[in-house]
Amino acid sequence: MPVDLEKILRPVDHEMPPFPPKYMTIASGEEMVIRQVTRDEIPDILIHVAPLMSVERDFYDVVAARVYAELLAYYRHRMQDEYVLVAQIDGELCAVVNGRSVGDGTGMSLHTLALRRGLRIGAHAFATKMEYHMDILGHKEVLIVAESPIGFRRWMIEYNLEKRFEIPHELGGPPSYALTKDIFEKARGTLVIGRRPVPDALLAKAMEAILPPSDPPTPPEDLLAATRSMYDPTGTALILQRWMQHEKEGK
Amino acid sequence: MRDVYAIGIGITSFTRLEFPLSEIAAYPVMMALKDAGIKEIDHLYVANMGGGRVNHQTGLASAVVDTLSLTPAGADVIENGPASGGSAIKQGFLAVASGVHDVVAVTGAERMREVNNLEVTEFVATLTHPLAEYIYGVTLPSLAGMFTRAYMDKYGVTSRHLAMVAVKNQNNALLNEFAHIQQAITVEGILDSPEALTNNPYIADPLRFFDCCPVSDGGASVILATREVAEKTGRPLVRLSGIGQATDTHCVHERDEPTDLLAVRRAAAQSFEMAGVGPSDVGVAELHDAFTILEIVESEEVGFFKKGEGHLALERGETQIGGKIPINPSGGLKGRGHPVGATGVAQAYEIVHQLRGEAGKRQVADPKIGFTCNFGGFGNNVVCLTFAREN
Repeated sequence: MPVDLEKILRPVDHEMPPFPPKYMTIASGEEMVIRQVTRDEIPDILIHVAPLMSVERDFYDVVAARVYAELLAYYRHRMQDEYVLVAQIDGELCAVVNGRSVGDGTGMSLHTLALRRGLRIGAHAFATKMEYHMDILGHKEVLIVAESPIGFRRWMIEYNLEKRFEIPHELGGPPSYALTKDIFEKARGTLVIGRRPVPDALLAKAMEAILPPSDPPTPPEDLLAATRSMYDPTGTALILQRWMQHEKEGK
Repeated sequence: MRDVYAIGIGITSFTRLEFPLSEIAAYPVMMALKDAGIKEIDHLYVANMGGGRVNHQTGLASAVVDTLSLTPAGADVIENGPASGGSAIKQGFLAVASGVHDVVAVTGAERMREVNNLEVTEFVATLTHPLAEYIYGVTLPSLAGMFTRAYMDKYGVTSRHLAMVAVKNQNNALLNEFAHIQQAITVEGILDSPEALTNNPYIADPLRFFDCCPVSDGGASVILATREVAEKTGRPLVRLSGIGQATDTHCVHERDEPTDLLAVRRAAAQSFEMAGVGPSDVGVAELHDAFTILEIVESEEVGFFKKGEGHLALERGETQIGGKIPINPSGGLKGRGHPVGATGVAQAYEIVHQLRGEAGKRQVADPKIGFTCNFGGFGNNVVCLTFAREN
């Protein structure tokens, strides 16, 4: 009798409830939409995550590699009860957050990946992820770890998370921290913000396409004279290039 | 005294630099030597505040001079808190003006992001009075917060004015490839939108996140020399025409009028007097905006505007790059960044750049006199410099 191996390999996946999209004005004055994506949209995200695997700074390489694997596993049905939210500005992909439900009223926060840095883009996306766990999935608490010092400051310190060190987290097995319902309610309105409904035009732009990040983190070629100065028409790098040229020309 | 000229400048990007402090200090010297077209100096002054405490590196001048293969030139570290850079330039000036040396290099460097923000804030707070301020948990943001509240009450400065400084300087920083903060912000995003309180939370009421400078790593250098040496470089002649330094009470609460920054007023007056110019002659200025309020207050204390009217000039756009007296075209501490020991030298870098007419997208229209204010402690030790373009 033939065996459908795919049925064995594929986890028993529950349909994750829809997340009502929301938006907010960030410090630049731009409006950022955060919404849930479908499986079909995952390939459009993966192409923008892949380049970050070569960015060592701030553990982007580790986070991007794991996010890539988690999103690919979601796309190809190798992860149980996962959801993915994205933050977009004018359609541009700014952040990806994901997590999953592990049952018994507990959520497992997986990753927060900011593709545009600063302006609390990652922080807003993380807060929205917690909102999904608490308000939509009805979880009592979410287990969290940080892979970078920035993440530790943003989650463990800003939210004052509780220790759940007896529970190894799914991301490599380190001791977990937990965001409880009480902690979440304290953060509502301060760290957890946003408006609904998203204006039609704004949402339509976000849904139309996931556009490439305009200024994603890149690996520095030379930290001291950082890469951007090589293209600076005003600064020392150009002066140096001019001298080098003059030397070649024997001036 | 002999005339002293800034003949070479160099800078690193201000950001997080994963190199030893001595490298961060040495790199801009190398650039400045290239800029000046020279290979030897008589003496090196290194401005640094936290090498020993934050980076566990002392004897920095010895390390830098050897890194650059400039031995046997003399080398000293100058520490004067956040005004270390200004003080180091002053020492370099004195060495050349007095005839002791003909060519000196001044470099300022700091590597603050090796430790976390809490440790950095604590480290900078060590410049407060140990018994009357520090032990009670006083930090620089807290002093600035109290100062800002008093200034708002007395002169009508509002949070909107502070936000306008932040927006202006971060926009200027977008034109500076070496600046730490490369993000445009708007008053709506940080003050008016429903999410503004989250985007821009209070740090030390009434100061909010975008009212405070970032914690940066970075280095900047200036080569100072006699006119004879300067003329040989073939570069535009920029003379360091005035230096001024003044102090005030260590404890802020001991000042007769806590909203006055007397050391700024006195140091600026000294510098202008020595240069033989006045505030109205200045075509471009770099002021020490570690907190947005300081740009407004310093612009008054140095004499650009009447006391209590700096925020009105800001409203009129007079401090923009195209304005009457452009302030902080580099982005200032707010946008370019604030590696404390490097800041005073970075200010001089920008002014020399501007006076030479080489500042590209952020070039101020034909400035002939440039000015810097390097603010140490909470205004208890201030160094002001005046530069003049001669050809």
